[in-house]
Amino acid sequence: MRHLRAAVAILILVWALPAASALNIFACTPEWGALAKELGGAKTNVYVATTALQDPHRIEARPSLIARARSADLMVCTGAELEVGWLPLVRTQSGNARIQSGQPGYFEAATHADLLEKPARLDRAAGDVHAAGNPHLHLDPRNIARVAIAMSERMAQLDPRQSAQYREGAKAFLDRWQRAIARWEKAAAPLKGFPVVIHHKNLSYLIGWLGMREVGALEPRPGLPPTAAHLNELLARLARDPAKAVMRAAYNDPRPGDWLAGRARIPSVVLPYTVGGTEVAQDLFGLFDDTLARLLEAAR
Amino acid sequence: MHRSTLCAMALAVVWSAPLPVRAQGAELSMIREEIRQLKDAYEKRIQGLERRLAEAESRAGKTEHDAARAATVVAHPGARAGGENAFNPAISLILQGTAARSSQDPETYRISGFAPSGGEIAPASRGANLGESELVVTANIDPYFRGLLIAALTPENEVEVEEAFFQTLALDHGLTLKGGRFLSGIGYQNEVHQHSWDFQDAPLAYKAFLGGRRNDDGVQLKWVAPTDLFIEFGAELGRGRSFPSTARSRNAAGAWTVFAHVGGDIGTGTAWRAGLSHLRTSPRGRAFEDADSLGNPVTQSFSGRSRLWIADFVLKWAPGGNAAKTNFKLQGEYFRRREDGQLSFDDTARAAPRFGAVLSDTYASLQSGWYLQSVYQFMPRWRIGYRYDRLNFGRVDNGIVANGLGPTAGDFPLLMSDHRPARSTLMFDWSPTEFSRIRLQLASDKSRVGLTDHQALIQYIFSLGAHGAHRF
Repeated sequence: MRHLRAAVAILILVWALPAASALNIFACTPEWGALAKELGGAKTNVYVATTALQDPHRIEARPSLIARARSADLMVCTGAELEVGWLPLVRTQSGNARIQSGQPGYFEAATHADLLEKPARLDRAAGDVHAAGNPHLHLDPRNIARVAIAMSERMAQLDPRQSAQYREGAKAFLDRWQRAIARWEKAAAPLKGFPVVIHHKNLSYLIGWLGMREVGALEPRPGLPPTAAHLNELLARLARDPAKAVMRAAYNDPRPGDWLAGRARIPSVVLPYTVGGTEVAQDLFGLFDDTLARLLEAAR
Repeated sequence: MHRSTLCAMALAVVWSAPLPVRAQGAELSMIREEIRQLKDAYEKRIQGLERRLAEAESRAGKTEHDAARAATVVAHPGARAGGENAFNPAISLILQGTAARSSQDPETYRISGFAPSGGEIAPASRGANLGESELVVTANIDPYFRGLLIAALTPENEVEVEEAFFQTLALDHGLTLKGGRFLSGIGYQNEVHQHSWDFQDAPLAYKAFLGGRRNDDGVQLKWVAPTDLFIEFGAELGRGRSFPSTARSRNAAGAWTVFAHVGGDIGTGTAWRAGLSHLRTSPRGRAFEDADSLGNPVTQSFSGRSRLWIADFVLKWAPGGNAAKTNFKLQGEYFRRREDGQLSFDDTARAAPRFGAVLSDTYASLQSGWYLQSVYQFMPRWRIGYRYDRLNFGRVDNGIVANGLGPTAGDFPLLMSDHRPARSTLMFDWSPTEFSRIRLQLASDKSRVGLTDHQALIQYIFSLGAHGAHRF
């Protein structure tokens, strides 16, 4: 009997443990996972659902994601329909009330930034358009700062006992981030007006931030794979309006970009796109350091 | 010991109590105020940075950049269109159709050795044929429920309710309750919508044991375990409105199911799920038409117990988990059904009956079937797939024949043909976008005893409207 009571007590203690420790965060994409780690540090357990080498439009609602969403206290995602193909299923199947729409446990980065390229007309004849605007907003570091403020606020709301730490974390991060932005903007001065061809519209915020110029895209319409006819037409256009590089995200198919770069005799640049996309891009600072280093190398 | 146990328990309860309860109100508002100040300060800094950037731009006088900037419209996601229409649910529409050829007439399709399931199981009709057009309407009802309707407009100009259910959002603790008409959670393919199938038609095992698929009226409770490995248990209570059950006027459930699923990842490239399901029902007067050994029509009817087990697995692989370029899917299920009860044989409807009375005796069967299929996307947009189907006649004990009531095994061509139906299917499809798909499918179908049906078809599947999320 005594042993039984002790066992029950231990069981209850064990059961109570996770509730009392770190905030469980489910990050839909690596950039928001990295940001949550920067803000929460040891106070959070961050699970990142996807990698930089996976096309964020083509993720499936796989069982492991449902299992992880089941015990998440906070889900940090991009929103603006980027995760529309899998996230709604993961959330409804998880049986987790905290991460449903309208709950504080569901955080969408896109609601805290101004989105570019909002289509004036919604028609799928224009390709895979996102009604709310371009969702790849994290490649403008100023958006990361905006999202960081909102995210730290949300973490403090969900875990008020640690709110001072989240505030400190946000302050420390934003100080470093501010200095880093100044450094990046200074270093990126030669990229102003730099003409580039992109693979997909996933680099628009980077182009906008650095003042680069988009000459064309390998995809004939957003989301449609490049075709030979379109690439030839693009090559002809480059003869009149030359680009100085072809840029693609690490997850994009290398062949169309390499083909065009070879024909146009310009460098083909692979950008990490998000945290984990390259060896150097292991955190948010590394992401922009590496992105700029690769672009400046191509611009030399 | 007693006291220390109580202390430990009290401590545990206090520790696990909701955190906000213990945070002081004054402290909270102080924190909020500090966060607000922090936010204001950084908004100012960000605005300052943007101003500096704008100044630098104007100094540099990059006109083309300005033009590019003006071209991109800045959207404010907070500002959405108002009015009653803003609450319209997500609506999507599926259009499908086929053009088919087959060496045997689909109108006479049957699976020899297996009781007819009464479902829509025949291969695609010969010639051009409209498929079911599906209207999908879904939305959150309130913070606690979500609702969904899938109505199928059949080529016969009828409307069928495929699914119409509510689902809870706020039960928490991994629990979800569903009620209404829904695709049952048993097996793997059953819950996959027909327009997302990798082949135009259902596996033979689904056709023989579930009439194509199971969508009963009832309730479903599912629980996801709080573990990193995906573990899910579910149970359903239903009316039993279709095969293998029969709809009855009864103050109790006509069928129930239980199922368990386990799943996870292997590295970043592979995801898998495996499951075991059980369906139990008691059909009464489950009747079908057959022809006796002289070709005269007879009615046979089964009443008793039906128990079905399904073991399923699915494995998906893509290099690095990036399915955009190439990916591979392997899927298989094994069905095993045991039925026992009474079978009746009735030829009295004929003008000159051979037996002239309703004959009835015991009936027991143990039958099984399986399929294995794989689909490979070898380049963006293009996929190829192969499926092999097999049913095993197994063992059938028919008391009417064994006890010499008159009819012989030859008078039960459907139930007593010791036949092992098999089918090979090859599929090739092209999907210009995720909203459109054109498919070529070739099959060699040995469902009928002694006959091989060579089938060829072209199918289109188009999806309009809201972007639906697809199941794993």
